[in-house]
Amino acid sequence: MKHLLSINDLGAEGIDEVCRLADHFTEVSQRPIPKVPALRGKTVAMLFYEDSTRTRLSFEVAARRLSADVMGFGVSSSSVNKGESVRDTVNTISAMGPDALVVRHRSAGVPHQVAGWTNASVINAGDGWHEHPTQALLDCYTIRDRLGSVAGRRIVIVGDIKHSRVARSCVMAFTAQGAKVTLVAPPTLLPPALDSWPVDISFSLDAVLSDCDVVYGLRVQMERQSEALLPSLREYTARWGLTAARAARMNPGALVMHPGPVNRGVEIAPEVLDRPNATLNEQVRHGVAVRMAILYLLLGADPQPRPERDQA
Amino acid sequence: MSTVIKGGLVIDQTGERTADVVVDDGRIVAVGPDLSGDQVLDASGCVVSPGFVDLHTHLRQPGAEEAETIETGGWAAVRGGFSAVVAMPNTNPAIDCAAVVQEVLLLGSQAPCDVYTSGAITVGRKGEQLAPMAEMAGLGVRLFTDDGNGVQDAGLMRRAMEYAAGLGVVLAQHCEVDSLAAGGQMHEGEWSSLLGIPGVPAEAEELMVMRDIALSRFTGAPVHFQHLSTGGSIAMVRAAREAGLAVTAEVATHHFTLTDEACASYNPVFKVNPPLRPADDREAVREGLADGAVDAIATDHAPHSPDAKEMPFDQAPPGMLGLETALALALTELNLPIAEVVGLLSWRPAAIAGLNGTHGGPIAPDAPANLCVFDPDEEWTVDPDDLASRSRNTPYAGRRVRGRVRHTVVGSRPVVVDREMRP
Repeated sequence: MKHLLSINDLGAEGIDEVCRLADHFTEVSQRPIPKVPALRGKTVAMLFYEDSTRTRLSFEVAARRLSADVMGFGVSSSSVNKGESVRDTVNTISAMGPDALVVRHRSAGVPHQVAGWTNASVINAGDGWHEHPTQALLDCYTIRDRLGSVAGRRIVIVGDIKHSRVARSCVMAFTAQGAKVTLVAPPTLLPPALDSWPVDISFSLDAVLSDCDVVYGLRVQMERQSEALLPSLREYTARWGLTAARAARMNPGALVMHPGPVNRGVEIAPEVLDRPNATLNEQVRHGVAVRMAILYLLLGADPQPRPERDQA
Repeated sequence: MSTVIKGGLVIDQTGERTADVVVDDGRIVAVGPDLSGDQVLDASGCVVSPGFVDLHTHLRQPGAEEAETIETGGWAAVRGGFSAVVAMPNTNPAIDCAAVVQEVLLLGSQAPCDVYTSGAITVGRKGEQLAPMAEMAGLGVRLFTDDGNGVQDAGLMRRAMEYAAGLGVVLAQHCEVDSLAAGGQMHEGEWSSLLGIPGVPAEAEELMVMRDIALSRFTGAPVHFQHLSTGGSIAMVRAAREAGLAVTAEVATHHFTLTDEACASYNPVFKVNPPLRPADDREAVREGLADGAVDAIATDHAPHSPDAKEMPFDQAPPGMLGLETALALALTELNLPIAEVVGLLSWRPAAIAGLNGTHGGPIAPDAPANLCVFDPDEEWTVDPDDLASRSRNTPYAGRRVRGRVRHTVVGSRPVVVDREMRP
């Protein structure tokens, strides 16, 4: 595998392999010196066109624990501020010979475009509303760690599905692993034309809450009110928020997950976040091991020279 | 110096016959067997048709000369068999007053094809205040549109139609309700959902088609619908015509060729407005061309510089090249008799643009000598580097197509001979 642009690049077997590698790197991360020389001499460049705390730090930590060198790139401190195009920036960074580019951009598809412009491996760290594959992988890993497997689990994803790259990647990853996924949102926050998606749809969290193994909450943004997608966040919370009362009706042992950052009290009540079945910190912790696995898979296992890509 | 086009099958609105055609001094001199002239254009195995007329060409001048100029766009036109193009007014400044019309016509007089221009319906294409249509009509403008924008205000559109009817000119509408389309970058449907790209629903187009049909019925004024892309739009136009309303319509080549699935590449070369639609809509567009609901094939030739088309999909400008591939795509994709394809590209759009008598045939003595000679059977592969346009944003790179323009004659002057440009 050359790039990780979409969960579809991995498939069910690829996800299994990532999780197996992540088990190993979890063990590495628990050592007194949590570092292995697997990617010594490799360089990983971060191209983050959009603000990010956990994803960017997680990739940087992952790369360093594999002994790779990290090239940072922040839009605010770079020539992007001077109007440089993505392609020119990619050409510039590629000229320095990185082995991987970790790309986040607010526009869907930018990592796909970048993959056509560089010889390096491209890892999608979130593109617009499209995908965030490493998030979905760390979520799969967290569910396996807590519940033993993803297969057969009933997973409810609730919130702003329409604008969520996490939702798209999670639907693909969870269903590829054999989970039964239900999307819950008001119709205004669902993507159109979902007939071909391998999911169930519900407009009511209450209707599906007592019958699931995971409730996966998504961030709801304030601006959805001004776009006439929601009357108010208050109404959203009343009907689709994971309140303490709703959490009390979940199966014992059912997980509460969220990709972060959380709007406390909007999509999930603060006291629910503090319960032992809420996995937010574990998700972040597993993110490092999973990203080590992805970097190793793309950069470590392949000794032969990379073929030249067609620059057209 | 006279030119004889020898050995071709002459097709115009009066029928078809094998004949030589002699042109000289701007006009057709003779049509018949065994004619001679000072120079010979071989047309054996080829169709000799009226030069094509494009109702929808973005020549980008003034304002975006890095993408196209009237001259380079003119060369793209004649290489595609077009002897006349109607420039769209979404230039910078917009073609919304006599001064800009005159500039475009002056530049157009140096182009290898005849360049006509549309005028904007509203000042700056802003949809707020009527543009001086009478002043522009006085310079020969026959088609008015805010293309790129639809006229959002129904009351303003009503007055524009009434005013235009009094001038004997036609209003053409880019149908798109902004409040539904806002932020959309491709067709809203299964593919936009999967790709995470904001969508434009078919209804954004159809609501304005519906409204303008009602306004045409109300005012009695003619309306021309530009680049229709959905099955619903085609059906409404068909019904309006059957009801006897003065409604005409064009479709763009890409809407009978491509579908929204192409956007899965995230290559902005497939971004266009109205967007590529699903296969059902593509089929409806083809049916509209076959059964007469649609009058004309237009190119919506929309050049953009390579830089612009390397931006992220949602930031890249919409539009694709079309002049040099329109004939081939029509012959390859439509499964229509050649004479019908020729009509959709020549005399039918010529009538809408008010150019009949000058362009679109017939091919007869004393008629203006605007002709296209094409081989309907030649197969070729679209190569972006072999285009006369200043831009390269064709969505058909590498595509095998059938039917190729060999010669183009504008005003009796052979401007394209054996596919070579003759400046």
